[in-house]
Amino acid sequence: MRNLFLKSAALMTLASASAFAAEPIKIGEVGSMTGSEATFGISTHQGIELAIKEVNSAGGVHGRQLQVISLDDQGKPEEAATAVTRLISQDKVIALLGEVASSRSLAMGPIAQKNKIPMVTPSSTNPKVTEIGDYVFRVCFIDPFQGQVMAQFALDNLKYKKVAILRDVKNDYSVGLANFFTERFKQGGGEIVIDQSYSAGDIDFKAQLTAIRQKKPEAIFVPGYYTEVGLIARQAKNLGIKATLMGGDGWDSPKLTEIGGGAMDNAYFSNHYSSEDTSPQVQQFIEKYKKAYGSVPDGLAAMGYDAAMVLIDAMKRSPAALKTSDIRAQLAGTKDFQGVTGKITIDDKRNAVKSAVVLKVSKGTFKYETTIKPG
Amino acid sequence: MEEFIQHVINGLSLGSIYGLIALGYTMVFGILQLINFAHGEIYMLGAFIGMYSTMFLGLEDKPSIMSLLSVLFISMAGCALVGFTIERLAYRPLRRSPRINLLITAVGVSLFLQFSGQILFGSDPKFFPQIYQLDIEDFTFGELVIEPLQIIVLILSIALMIILQTVIFKTRLGRAMRAVSFNHDLASLMGIPTNRIISATFMIGSALAGAAGVLVGLTYPKIEPLMGTLPGLKAFVAAVLGGIGNVTGAVLGAFTLGLAEEFLVGYWIPNYRDALAFSILILILLFKPSGLLGVNRAEKV
Repeated sequence: MRNLFLKSAALMTLASASAFAAEPIKIGEVGSMTGSEATFGISTHQGIELAIKEVNSAGGVHGRQLQVISLDDQGKPEEAATAVTRLISQDKVIALLGEVASSRSLAMGPIAQKNKIPMVTPSSTNPKVTEIGDYVFRVCFIDPFQGQVMAQFALDNLKYKKVAILRDVKNDYSVGLANFFTERFKQGGGEIVIDQSYSAGDIDFKAQLTAIRQKKPEAIFVPGYYTEVGLIARQAKNLGIKATLMGGDGWDSPKLTEIGGGAMDNAYFSNHYSSEDTSPQVQQFIEKYKKAYGSVPDGLAAMGYDAAMVLIDAMKRSPAALKTSDIRAQLAGTKDFQGVTGKITIDDKRNAVKSAVVLKVSKGTFKYETTIKPG
Repeated sequence: MEEFIQHVINGLSLGSIYGLIALGYTMVFGILQLINFAHGEIYMLGAFIGMYSTMFLGLEDKPSIMSLLSVLFISMAGCALVGFTIERLAYRPLRRSPRINLLITAVGVSLFLQFSGQILFGSDPKFFPQIYQLDIEDFTFGELVIEPLQIIVLILSIALMIILQTVIFKTRLGRAMRAVSFNHDLASLMGIPTNRIISATFMIGSALAGAAGVLVGLTYPKIEPLMGTLPGLKAFVAAVLGGIGNVTGAVLGAFTLGLAEEFLVGYWIPNYRDALAFSILILILLFKPSGLLGVNRAEKV
């Protein structure tokens, strides 16, 4: 009798253990798969997917498979907020990946923080994002640094003293980056000859460009997203503007040169990674990505991959119960994690301290120009 | 000085696009007292038909005037067809209903077209093929730059507007359109096939919007399914500014709006570009609702 009892108890424990082991770990992803910045969302999603598949085929985390539930926010902050609420309350995810655009991360963050679900943004660079709370992390550099990078590049490498600014006034990222660039550029003795703005969705920039042309700047800093930047480059060229165009990681998309055409040549922008990086880890990643998706990964895909891997690494270091507070603690303790986009250490403000690369646009491709280290 | 002239050129280019769209609004209002809110979407469809026909005919690598004209023609024809269909299916059944029903239907058609566009074409922006390239250099006078494309767009728009004027004032069709716009029932008593005339009006207006779509796709190569909303509204404002129902007024209003927008953004604050159009709408409706060229028509009770 006791034997039977023991055996059935053992069987039941085994059964429930295996049932528990079979339950996947749910991670939520919010991205802009459609809308004006569709390539951001799609690239990031593919990077994340690649990471998840890799880890799952190696056995998963704590013996469980990972499952990513992706929702499209159509490029709208309100939709991002709705999506994250749904992921938390209905799908019961225990961690979040997203968003790329700072405006949308700012919409998502407070909800994640309130529900104590750790959120890792792959590419939002506006400093306000991690200031939302201790459950919001990022694996990329922040705009105070990125603004400095381009300002330094303009002053030291290109030796420019007169720059015009053309920012997207509807975009938190663009406004922030423009401000940080201005600060550093002026500090270095440069002059901002004119500060113009446009709104995301505009297609005609001739008025602003004509005003900029009057002031004869050596360069125009356009910290916007690729859809508008392409058109701006075209129109600037048509107006006979010879100033160099400069920008930030919002330019990173194959569509930039599709829309901008030859007008984009000899422009520079700061980014998180270059596909020309010869390190074996980067090249391996590029090979894997090409095999899975048929194209060379852009910075967004690389960041998506790294964000997923950092999250998974934190989960592996947490106890198997995977309480969100444990995951959060482990994320905060990430140190020297070797990612595709560089060594990632999460500092006490939950930001990553990393170098930036400056890329030059040349005949439809992005060529590596230089690396600028932080501090 | 050069900056000023550059702004004038830019403003006129902008105005000519608004004009092509505004003509459709004003003609339909003149004849049906209906503000066809779906008109902006017809402009959007013109751009997409233009893009897909270029791809279908394999013209992306053969830029020339002939390519441009053929794509323009196909787009105009396609949009005329769409305009005809919308009128037949959505507006004609409501011909005798209160005007508010028609208005709501128009908004419904507009939303339907926008979201169908998103499903059919995908909501990410597409690149419009550059089917026209002239090897003439931009005309430069010091700092002033006039692209040949801007001139072509301006000339084409003005040509289309002149053709329209001729049709309305010098042909039998035009006379019939004007008659129907005065009074449907009386016109039909005179032997005018009102339904056909109304369809023709829609088709002509839509064809012009389609042309605008192609020209805009060429000048600003990014197109997407929601691109018609704002230009549609601004063209509507232009039509009201000039006097809704008045064809010359629509053109005048459009150029005025284009220039005003350009000067506001170039010399003052770029952020209020879109707000300008709607401020003008409010001011006009408050102070001169019949518009610049409009005539106050008394309604006999």
